[in-house]
Amino acid sequence: MVNVKIDNIDLSVEEGTTILEAAKKLGIYIPHLCYLKGINEISACKVCVVEIQGKNKLVTACSTAVSEGMVIFTNSAKVRSVRKSNVELILSQHDCLCATCVRSGNCPLQTLAGHLGIYDLPFERHVTEQAWDNNFPLIRDSKKCIKCMRCLQICSKVQGCDIWDVQNTGAYTNISTVDNMPISNTKCTLCGQCITHCPTGALKERNDLPEIYDILADPNKVTVVQIAPAVRTAWLERKDMEPGIDTEGRLVAALKRMGFDYVLDTVFAADVTIMEEGTELLERLSDNKKMPMFTSCCPGWVSYLTMNHPEMLLNLSTTKSPQQIFGALVKTYFAKKTGVAPENICSISIMPCVSKKREAALASMKASGYQDVDYVLTTREMVRLLRAEHIDPRGLQEMPFDSPIGDGTGAGVLFGVTGGVMEAALRTAYKVVTGEEAPEDAFQKVRDTRSEGRDNAINLGGIRTADFDIAGRTLKTCVVSGLKNAERLIKQIKRGEAHYDFVEVMACPGGCVGGGGQPIHEGCEWAPQRGQRLYNLDKKRKLRRSHENPQVQKLYKDFLEKPLSEKAEKLLHTQHVWEKNYR
Amino acid sequence: MSRLKVETPDRVQLTVEKLYKDLERHIIASPPGLCPVDLQLSFLKVCQAQTCGKCVPCRVGLLQLQHLLEDVLNGKATMKTLDLIEQTAKNIEASADCAIGYEAAHMLVAGFDGFREDYEHHVKEGCCSVHAQHAIPCVALCPAQVDIPGYVALVGEKRYADAVRLIRKDNPFPTACAMICEHPCEARCRRSMVDVSINIRGLKLMAVEHAHANTVPIPEKCASTGKKVAIIGGGPSGLSAAYYLELMGHHAVVFEEKKKLGGMLRYGIPNYRFPRERLDEDLEVILSTGVEVHLNTRIGEEEGEITLESLNKEYDAVYIAIGAHNDKKIGIEGENAQGVISAVELLKRIGDDDMPDFKGKDVVVIGGGNVAMDCTRSAIRLGARKVGIAYRRRQEDMTALPEEIEGAIAEGAELYGLKSPHHIEADENGKVVALWVEPQIIGPIDAWGRARPIHAEVPLMRIPCDVIVVAIGQGIDSKAFEDAGISLKRGAIAAAMTGEVENADGIFAGGDCATGPATVIKAIAAGKVAAANIDEYLGYKHIISCDVQIPEPDLAEKLPCGKVQLAEKEVGARKNNFQPMEICMSEQEACQEAGRCLRCDKFGFSALKGGRRLRW
Ligand SMILES: Cc1cc2nc3c(=O)[nH]c(=O)nc-3n(C[C@H](O)[C@H](O)[C@H](O)COP(=O)(O)OP(=O)(O)OC[C@H]3O[C@@H](n4cnc5c(N)ncnc54)[C@H](O)[C@@H]3O)c2cc1C
Ligand code: SF4
Ligand code: SF4
Ligand code: SF4
Ligand code: SF4
Ligand code: SF4
Repeated sequence: MVNVKIDNIDLSVEEGTTILEAAKKLGIYIPHLCYLKGINEISACKVCVVEIQGKNKLVTACSTAVSEGMVIFTNSAKVRSVRKSNVELILSQHDCLCATCVRSGNCPLQTLAGHLGIYDLPFERHVTEQAWDNNFPLIRDSKKCIKCMRCLQICSKVQGCDIWDVQNTGAYTNISTVDNMPISNTKCTLCGQCITHCPTGALKERNDLPEIYDILADPNKVTVVQIAPAVRTAWLERKDMEPGIDTEGRLVAALKRMGFDYVLDTVFAADVTIMEEGTELLERLSDNKKMPMFTSCCPGWVSYLTMNHPEMLLNLSTTKSPQQIFGALVKTYFAKKTGVAPENICSISIMPCVSKKREAALASMKASGYQDVDYVLTTREMVRLLRAEHIDPRGLQEMPFDSPIGDGTGAGVLFGVTGGVMEAALRTAYKVVTGEEAPEDAFQKVRDTRSEGRDNAINLGGIRTADFDIAGRTLKTCVVSGLKNAERLIKQIKRGEAHYDFVEVMACPGGCVGGGGQPIHEGCEWAPQRGQRLYNLDKKRKLRRSHENPQVQKLYKDFLEKPLSEKAEKLLHTQHVWEKNYR
Repeated sequence: MSRLKVETPDRVQLTVEKLYKDLERHIIASPPGLCPVDLQLSFLKVCQAQTCGKCVPCRVGLLQLQHLLEDVLNGKATMKTLDLIEQTAKNIEASADCAIGYEAAHMLVAGFDGFREDYEHHVKEGCCSVHAQHAIPCVALCPAQVDIPGYVALVGEKRYADAVRLIRKDNPFPTACAMICEHPCEARCRRSMVDVSINIRGLKLMAVEHAHANTVPIPEKCASTGKKVAIIGGGPSGLSAAYYLELMGHHAVVFEEKKKLGGMLRYGIPNYRFPRERLDEDLEVILSTGVEVHLNTRIGEEEGEITLESLNKEYDAVYIAIGAHNDKKIGIEGENAQGVISAVELLKRIGDDDMPDFKGKDVVVIGGGNVAMDCTRSAIRLGARKVGIAYRRRQEDMTALPEEIEGAIAEGAELYGLKSPHHIEADENGKVVALWVEPQIIGPIDAWGRARPIHAEVPLMRIPCDVIVVAIGQGIDSKAFEDAGISLKRGAIAAAMTGEVENADGIFAGGDCATGPATVIKAIAAGKVAAANIDEYLGYKHIISCDVQIPEPDLAEKLPCGKVQLAEKEVGARKNNFQPMEICMSEQEACQEAGRCLRCDKFGFSALKGGRRLRW
């Protein structure tokens, strides 16, 4: 233990603790911008500077460990002056148009400038303008980039994608894509982790709301919206909302209030996914070909594999993602059942995900004869829509999802959390193989139950393995989240060091609950608590196995016949290839 | 009224003078990998501040050039802008009155010649073509990429054995490098920005003086792979490769033509700089990995020699590290006279303890490199009455390290600068009696800034002597390998940067035999690179790492402080014997010196990119 004094308060902390963490223990907040624990500890912004008694030079609290007898001042006159000056310098190269910025109100830079009382700048403002392809689902606004390097680090250290690089030297130093390539030529998976870890509005998703407004205003269009599992855990993460308001029922009601005609549930499609993917797995197991089988519900992961390991494409399940299964069914089965002409349907999905924007626009995603999903909104875009409509969820009456494809089981709900697809698949596979039902909670081994160390993206994801005995056969499973972890696993498989039957991969650390389209909370990861909410929802559902879903059973009876039928193959499966085009 | 006054610089001028010095040091420590156009702009601004403002091309032209360069950097330039820059610079060069203007413009023109591609990259791609690579300046310049800030900090904490272990991760010759490395790592040490570079080699010496290499055991070896690698040449390069290959689990078998291992470490570098018993410490450790050695075994095509072909058949891979051991002939009349000896021959005899008797003789050494200085100082130690150095350029043009030249002069050597050897005079018995030299004057400076000597219009000069040592460089004895089908490039074995030899599967080469005579650390680096790539070639990916915990940087203020230099024994005590002459620093000095290190592994760019390489 090391004894220190911070702002005149004595404290004893473990050796190696940084000044920033030590101060936090005393409830003293030291502001910082570039620091991202375990990922970006480069002490570049120099906002977290503190003064140490007897030292002339200030030190950065984020990167300096305490030492015995250290006397630290976090807010001395010198600290205040330096800190303010550095933020002023950052702002002198920042396009401070908060009024039109997606991050306004949730922006560490804005907050900091406010706290430091910076109301006018002593420096002339010069912002960097770099060209960008604004059709790409990931948008970078160079004018708002403060060169903190977080994007570069998370993309490299957590996702192993290395899309960003430092360009030029000296005062001309910039962030750009590697070799300044157009973003659409890079191997960006659109996981969106750089967006959710950027401290400013420099990175964001393409804004598709203007089109949505037009469609909502068009009397000839029937709008059908689907909501991904992870969205319901995160749509109301607002400080001014008392807990318990953000129910599924109120989310449905809110969307109805905005004017969407049908509000349906992607969880239903997740149940269908299980029927298809589970059957596919059992088929592959029986002839032991193309093993291990990889899940294919995460387009971030699918694009990663197609771009980086095309030789392993056959290992991917051919089952489409729930979003696309839903899309294919909306303009066929749903249209038939409701009598709405498919050409009048506008199919919209609300996703925790940026990658799904690209997936929906792939040329191969037109199984219904139309573009199966017309628009994809992220959770953040949906929240903005809610704000724009001035809807107060507290005043809403709960409403059920519309039918006939609106209900999903607890198994489908789990799709939003790492390990969830695996758990759902096992519940159904057990029944198909043995003819008997396993208890719903028999497969919890695949869950990430760590109570500590999940507070930053680098530790949030992981590789977990579990073996299950089903009818005398051992099923070897593996669950991965975070693409760098996925790469590690691929290496192990290629080297013959790891052997699995079924592997679930989600690109985002912790799964879609930590998706790149989810609301942003500076400096903390909300995936664990959102995942817990999905577990609770599952627990509360009456039906918790996909094959028990009566609407799914009806779908097969009336329309698809059986999993992997010719029709199911045509609508719900795809041969994954890498397509570069996007909307 | 007074008419004149004695000019003394005022406070402003004194301050500016100091800033010039600061800037000089800043430039010395300038890391590689900076945007050349941005640098060019900065230089231009300095020049522009120097103009007196009289002439149009200088006053206006330089300013306009500055704007144009800013356009290039801001992505506003077109290819036309580049033409305009070049033309304007040439016009300024042709018309400015004084050197301030035309030399400034000339720098720009020279830059255009040197890195036009980068200008074009800025215009076409909107960014610089160069990538910042200035992670840790000293490590970047060490050919073997030894973890310098790491072991400097360890020495500062008196953890000498840990320092040796850390060095060994990248270099199995810590003792050799502590004593005779030419320390390229110090050249751009960032500490120069504060005062002057860290004495990196001196701190390494501190480590091996307090933890002799043979007292620090090797790390655990990987499981045996059953693969066998033949290594031709038992010098630093071959032995470095052998050491790492053994650690990786391959069996290394070294073939050495001489009686003992060490290559030029034993048969070149004299004992007073690198004592043999200290060399043996490094060798002992390397051999403790299990390296198999065949001495007095030459690889070649002659009788009694083992052929490359047979090695290639018998072993899974071959590493050629035969160094450069041929003497170069000077090609003047009388060269074959009795008493003319090559540097290689002289130093080899000394290495085998077969000391020539120079007592009472006058010796002249021809050459100006480090080898010439070694010969000079060895000749003094062999009892010569007088030793002279004949060199066709000036002292400052010598390629030898300044401290070596000064050391030789201090020990009494006579320097004959600007004297080009003309012919050798022998007596009726064919014995040398004098070297005739042709005096030179220093002449024009070539494109690389080196002044060329030209013929002086004076008679030849006679330097009487009994022995002449020719130290004008070494060649590579590559004939046998050429005959065995290995491609050569200007006499050297044609090896790629990865050590692979062109068109020869499984054969690698490195060290002096691939680069021409160079340095020990370059030879070691080549051995390390070869080991890694042979490992890959054999289908493995073994990792070499070191688990030594490196101290966190202290927060002490980095106030300017002098550099601790190593002392030498006084001249009288050292010049009559081959005993080591350098004196290690004290603990007090070492702690102060280590404390000067700015820890570029933790601060600066390496916090973002690179930093430390824990394994390879
Ligand atoms: C006098 C002198 C002083 C020097 N001082 C310094 C210094 O202070 N600092 C510094 O960094 N560098 C110095 N150098 C350079 C340095 O010694 C060499 O660059 C370095 O030793 C090269 O290593 P190497 O392993 O490539 O070759 P070498 O050290 O030359 O080793 C090659 C080995 O291969 C053997 N060999 C050759 N042919 C065959 C064959 N056909 N079959 C079997 N074995 C063979 C040789 O006998 C030799 O042992 C000096 C060199 C000389 C000559
Ligand atoms: S990034 Fe933050 S500070 Fe910058 S414009 Fe957006 S809200 Fe304002
Ligand atoms: S884009 Fe965002 S995360 Fe990346 S360097 Fe700029 S401000 Fe930081
Ligand atoms: S979206 Fe993901 S893959 Fe693309 S640049 Fe951002 S972090 Fe990297
Ligand atoms: S993990 Fe979920 S949110 Fe992230 S890319 Fe995959 S599907 Fe999208
Ligand atoms: S200050 Fe230290 S780390 Fe930096 S270049 Fe010099 S020796 Fe290396």
